[in-house]
Amino acid sequence: MALMTIAEALREGIREEMRRDPTVFCLGEDIGVPGGFGGAFTVTLGLSDEFGHNRILDTPISEIGIAGVAIGAAMTGMRPIADVQYGDFLFCMMDQLANQAAKMTYMSGGTVKVPLVMRAPVGSTRRGSQHAQSLEAFFTHIPGLKVLAPSTAYDAKGLLKSAIRDENPVLIFEHKLLYGSKGGRSEKGALSPIGEVPDEDYTVPIGKGAIRRVGKDVTIVGKLLTVYRALEAAEELAKEGIEAEVIDPRTLIPLDKELILESVRKTGRLVVVEEDNLTHGWGAEIAAIVAEEAFFYLDAPIKRVASLDTPPPFAPPMEAYYLPSVERVIAAVKSQF
Amino acid sequence: MTIASLNNATQVELLTLYREMLLIRRFEEQCNALFLQGKIPSTLHLYIGQEAVAVGVCAALRPDDYVLGTHRPHGHALAKGVTSRSIMAELFGKVTGCCKAKGGSMHVGDMSVGMFPAIAIVGANAPIATGAALSAKMRGSGQVVVAFFGEGGANEGAVHEAMNMAAIWKLPVLFVCENNLYGASTPVSQIVAVENVADRAVAYGMPGVIVDGNDVLAVRDVTRTAVERARAGEGPSLIECKTYRLCGHSRSDACNYRTREEEAEWRDKDPLLRIRKLLTEETGLATLSDLEQVEAEVEAILTDAIQFADESPEPAPEDALLHVFWEDK
Repeated sequence: MALMTIAEALREGIREEMRRDPTVFCLGEDIGVPGGFGGAFTVTLGLSDEFGHNRILDTPISEIGIAGVAIGAAMTGMRPIADVQYGDFLFCMMDQLANQAAKMTYMSGGTVKVPLVMRAPVGSTRRGSQHAQSLEAFFTHIPGLKVLAPSTAYDAKGLLKSAIRDENPVLIFEHKLLYGSKGGRSEKGALSPIGEVPDEDYTVPIGKGAIRRVGKDVTIVGKLLTVYRALEAAEELAKEGIEAEVIDPRTLIPLDKELILESVRKTGRLVVVEEDNLTHGWGAEIAAIVAEEAFFYLDAPIKRVASLDTPPPFAPPMEAYYLPSVERVIAAVKSQF
Repeated sequence: MTIASLNNATQVELLTLYREMLLIRRFEEQCNALFLQGKIPSTLHLYIGQEAVAVGVCAALRPDDYVLGTHRPHGHALAKGVTSRSIMAELFGKVTGCCKAKGGSMHVGDMSVGMFPAIAIVGANAPIATGAALSAKMRGSGQVVVAFFGEGGANEGAVHEAMNMAAIWKLPVLFVCENNLYGASTPVSQIVAVENVADRAVAYGMPGVIVDGNDVLAVRDVTRTAVERARAGEGPSLIECKTYRLCGHSRSDACNYRTREEEAEWRDKDPLLRIRKLLTEETGLATLSDLEQVEAEVEAILTDAIQFADESPEPAPEDALLHVFWEDK
């Protein structure tokens, strides 16, 4: 057992899978250049020393190309892990993800598989509008993609390994404030959770959520950074006698719907917290599922806490106002009592 | 055309090329008729007039090489060895189709013969081809990959990124541009500022070759050179085949954007007329009865394919739920 940050856990996961399986390789911008960053958040730092520059493959700034190359390699016997420097750049490769990767197995009648992994950092971190968005909901809306959102070091490594071994295209969203990246790539305001990660080989199954805090009065569902915002809110609420249960779905597609429903049947209240902006978002989907399948267990209207319906602003006061704060989570819960 | 232009092609080779080209031509003509009879429920982008490109290129490939087609893929698939039965059944929307009726006309393919499910987003197949070529290089398989696209597709950013990446990594991939002069209705002169798409190759650091796309032997020979280069680890090539779509862009196209005179000129350059003439008048390698025999073989294949498609079962509606994700067999 070792204590690791999420960036370290992801790095070890990649390292172990590349040792285990010669078809696994990484590609992306600035991931292996000697003297470079090891990816924007240091996840691949040092891996080219062990695996060389053919398997830690630096690419041109060509996001369509990165996605297309990963798809073509995956369809012909390789298991690529593509590094997207900032999640926002996924929009540049949208055709390859939405029209190609997601549909290839389906439109070939199940004769072709696309076992690729795409890792993308999300979250607003004082970089303005184009290096800040939380994009999960765009991809959970595309049948054919699996979408993961690990929030702990243990899950990051275990889910990454499951993703690499999966026969489908898997997107892994990682939050910039959770990586624990060090040195010049460390982030202001980061939480950098450090967690215990087993030394032996293990995986976290895709499609299983986790209860992060047990409670009886309200269910708070968060993902990535908002799991921690929810936990902080829960501690505050406990001081006032409200015991919140905090659920981290860990994988968004497929979703562990039953875990959420079971919790809501127990607590009778649901608050969904996400960093994406509100309208037509992931939180709306979770709310709809609960409204459709556990309506008669609800004691109060479902509440969603999300970023505002604006692009992510730059200046710290505006950014803080835009994001779903602990205070907004507390207020949402209290409004249900 | 002189005997020298045969480039040592034998009678058997030439008749094989003729058979493959004729199969595509007749397949497409039958598709048109079957569409009008209501047997094919989709639109169709027919390959009539461009047969020498797919057949010439695929004649230079190994069976395990990969081909990535376009929204006009029947010719690519047939030339790469996907069966007429499985393509026709796919067009009919039958479970015996090469994509189990999930793909339709624009996605025909069969990876067991190296034909990717065709990719109908213009230019999007190029980076995927580059990825397959990277995979071939990493696996040391010696395979070569071909991405077909039109002069319209040549203007997609995806193609630019794909060519640059293939060139920097010296990947075994051929970018084959089928310049048929019109992207749907838009003439090439409106959308390309240079005279030839192949002129762009120099910007990527790869050879750019221009070939008469209606001359199947010429296409085969330039492809062979590019394939040898690719297999030797020397990297990609861009081949521009000058050709013409003798039919409309899709089923609904009356071709009002081009002149009947231009069409007549190109009908005189029909690649099938050309190879027939080469085989008979110019070289005497085949008699008219040899050609008739080939034609009878092709008709028999198509009659069988149509009957197979017609008699095959339709999918159950709930089969729509299958294959969203990979299912281990």
